[in-house]
Amino acid sequence: MAIEIEKPSSVRLSKVAISKTHGEDSPYFAGWKAYDENPYDEIHNQSGVIQMGLAENQVSFDLLEKYLEEHHEVSSWGKGAPGFRENALFQDYHGLKSFRQAMANFMEQIRGGKAKFDPDRIVLTAGATAANELLTFILADPGDVLLVPTPYYPGFDRDLRWRTGVKIVPIHCNSSNNFQITPEALEAAYQSAESMDLKVRGVLITNPSNPLGSTIQSSVLNDILDFAVHKNIHLVSDEIYSGSTFSPSEFVSIAEILRNRNYKDAERVHIVYSLSKDLGLPGFRVGTIYSYNDDVVTTARRMSSFTLISSQTQHLLACMLSNHEFTQNYIKTNRERLNKRYDMIIQGLKKAGIECLKGNAGLFCWMNLSPLLNEPTRQGELELWNIILNQVKLNISPGSSCHCSEPGWFRVCFANMSEQTLRVALQRIHKFMEQRKVCSVNQ
Amino acid sequence: MRLIVPLQGVVQGRGGLILGSLIPCALFYFLQLYLKRHRSPKPQSNPPSPTTSSPKLAEMTRTSSRSNLFSRSIGQVRISSRAISIAKPNESPYYIGLDKASEDPYDRLSNPDGVIQLGLSENRLCFDLIEKWMSENLGHSITGRDNGELNINGIATYQPFDGTMELKLAMAGFMSHIMGGAVTFEPSQVVLTAGATPAIETLCFCLADQGNAFLVPTPYYPGFDRDVKFRTGVELIPVHCRSTDNFALSITALDQAFNQTRKHGTKIRGILLSNPANPVGNLLSWEMLYAILDFAREKNIHVISDEIFAGSMYGNEEFVSMAEVLDSEGFDKNRVHIVYGLSKDLSLPGFRVGVIYSFNENVLAAARKLTRFSSVSAPTQRLLVSMLSDARFIEEYIKTNKRRLQNMHALFVAGLKGLNIRCADSSAGLYCWADMSKLISSYSEKGELELWDKLLNVGKINVTPGSACHCIEPGWFRCCFTTLAEEDIPVVLERIRKAVENTTDLLNSS
Repeated sequence: MAIEIEKPSSVRLSKVAISKTHGEDSPYFAGWKAYDENPYDEIHNQSGVIQMGLAENQVSFDLLEKYLEEHHEVSSWGKGAPGFRENALFQDYHGLKSFRQAMANFMEQIRGGKAKFDPDRIVLTAGATAANELLTFILADPGDVLLVPTPYYPGFDRDLRWRTGVKIVPIHCNSSNNFQITPEALEAAYQSAESMDLKVRGVLITNPSNPLGSTIQSSVLNDILDFAVHKNIHLVSDEIYSGSTFSPSEFVSIAEILRNRNYKDAERVHIVYSLSKDLGLPGFRVGTIYSYNDDVVTTARRMSSFTLISSQTQHLLACMLSNHEFTQNYIKTNRERLNKRYDMIIQGLKKAGIECLKGNAGLFCWMNLSPLLNEPTRQGELELWNIILNQVKLNISPGSSCHCSEPGWFRVCFANMSEQTLRVALQRIHKFMEQRKVCSVNQ
Repeated sequence: MRLIVPLQGVVQGRGGLILGSLIPCALFYFLQLYLKRHRSPKPQSNPPSPTTSSPKLAEMTRTSSRSNLFSRSIGQVRISSRAISIAKPNESPYYIGLDKASEDPYDRLSNPDGVIQLGLSENRLCFDLIEKWMSENLGHSITGRDNGELNINGIATYQPFDGTMELKLAMAGFMSHIMGGAVTFEPSQVVLTAGATPAIETLCFCLADQGNAFLVPTPYYPGFDRDVKFRTGVELIPVHCRSTDNFALSITALDQAFNQTRKHGTKIRGILLSNPANPVGNLLSWEMLYAILDFAREKNIHVISDEIFAGSMYGNEEFVSMAEVLDSEGFDKNRVHIVYGLSKDLSLPGFRVGVIYSFNENVLAAARKLTRFSSVSAPTQRLLVSMLSDARFIEEYIKTNKRRLQNMHALFVAGLKGLNIRCADSSAGLYCWADMSKLISSYSEKGELELWDKLLNVGKINVTPGSACHCIEPGWFRCCFTTLAEEDIPVVLERIRKAVENTTDLLNSS
């Protein structure tokens, strides 16, 4: 057989493959690259870039480790592995009943028992990223719109739009009222979509908010739900940080709002949850969709075939989350530690002359550096961000990548490092602010 | 609408045809509105449990579906068109049979009258080996206790979405080993996904746009309809293969299908193959692989080769991977993508481990980013690195698995032969492709489904009918034999015999 050397052809790729909707060319991700190239290390690289752009919770690892050490059977299917066979074969998209039950209980505990969750309404996905995308596929057709309040998690641009073909229209919020969502802003966003001849299919809120680090008030949740009812659209509540509120009483879930209304209008509401933030297990890939709509539950379950959670992981977590003593202690301790971290960073920033939005949840704070901008524009913000990344060597997330309408705000993560590292970061910020004062005095 | 005609006559004098059509339409609209307003509202419970769950869906009556669709679009909150079609009750026998078998599963001791599952290609023949490995190795694997230190840090935090380098290395090595060692797979070209299901879907998203199509030889794995079509909007164009040449693929047929489809204005973006084939179990020869690559080059399209059963060989033929042919011939590698997974060869479908292996840097770049939606869970990655790196265990497993597969296959096929049911020639897979066309009442899909129904509900065995696999010849059934123990085979044969008792051909079997 003669060997034909085929010239490299231009075999075509899809629009999805070549699209830039993955967003990885934006500053949000450029900062990560800088970190990857020169990562800070307490011992080996003290001048490296400190990663403050990753919302990961590392403050409570010891609790997880202790649990695993005391409960070997959880990771081994018992002596001689009797349950292993069944587990290894289990690929039912309903998910392990015991795991769904454990998740439902955990979600109830986080809400202080103020809401009840039915395990049969839980659909499991490999992470909240997949959950949000899946819901978007189900609730909207290509070309339709989801309304999302700004500032929002940069990943939404990718997760909600990339493969689904759905668009995001922002609900603009600003600092005049602490970035709260108002009925006027909701209506304005809706009208904006209509004027572009686009169909709005739902509102997606994150509560507690990323990047604001604050919970949404009960009255606002009611307003949003009323709006959704009025427009006959869906409401997705991403409650991925619900277990990371510093004080349990300050978080109100949409589930509670529904309970108070006797579940009227519930069929348009869907909650997204995950163990990546509250339990600090993003590597495990565990997300859920909780829907009050039967069709959505059925469809989501079928679609979850593309994003099932490993049965091994389900088994391990079912054991862990069914342990009431463990979960009670974990939730309480985790909250306290996050609160302590938050206080630490706020005090540190205050000493350096920097104000933050009053926060009460999450793994980050929303910092106001607008007084430092050369010009009150996105360009000005990016210039400042560049300085902070390359001179101060801190990777923080600029508000523009979160679509914030006011320049100068930055998201700063505080839970993905040791206390010592946080102190170093705060020292650097302090020094940077001191230097700027000197500069401006000398001008 | 019969109302229009007399009304047209009535209004002929003034406004004519327009009013003649408008008025009845308006009347029809108001009638529907009236009916809708007076329909009784759905009761709300607190919090309501989902009223439908998958096993029951098959029994949902279809009579109310039209009115549901209508009421869904006015008043009730709308879901997408994609979702509406997915939410419909699943009428495919493939899924109905799977559900029925899982509701009433056969157990030799505790449920001897249950449904025997021959519709799910799962390999249970070597679990004892895996269990043994687990109990000997497990404590160390999940939590990384290599030096006595618990290290959840390594697996709890965000990992690269397309898999850890350790697992990619181990997987590349395993794939090479299991395919006979003729090909070396590069870890940097491995993208790990939560099962082969998202691997196929992700590739479709990367290679084709909505409205484009892939050619797929029939009969094919029923799951492809879901994996390729559910969310991507990509179509599957069947390329029919026939029993006269043991369901071998022909380039002529590929070419015809390609041209036909193009005439209809749909763009073909690639060919989707499974090799070893599912459900037939035959292999693509070197010559055939070469011919397919040549065809793909000529049409400038992609080739996806799903090689998930590469390690489930029982015949004497040697498996040849598409990668092997690429290696030694001068084809443009950019158009070839291989799918693999651990669900079949290593019997771990629950752990969700699949592979996209591509030679195309752009496809790899896009696929890596897309794996954020379907990553392999970290503890599972850790466990598998251990298992796949255990050369002694893997060696023993592959050898024993092949031996047991050969044994079961031989017994099962011989048993069917005893019932005058012949199987297609096959060398791999966890199933055989049985010709029961002599047992069906009419040589049609209807006849085939009647037999399937009889086998399921009378014989209490679940097999997959060829129509679910888009087979163009009625009467063929896929029977998976790797969920059985040897003692179960006579039970299965007896049940088949009983189910088709009054079919003369069977009674006259030699």
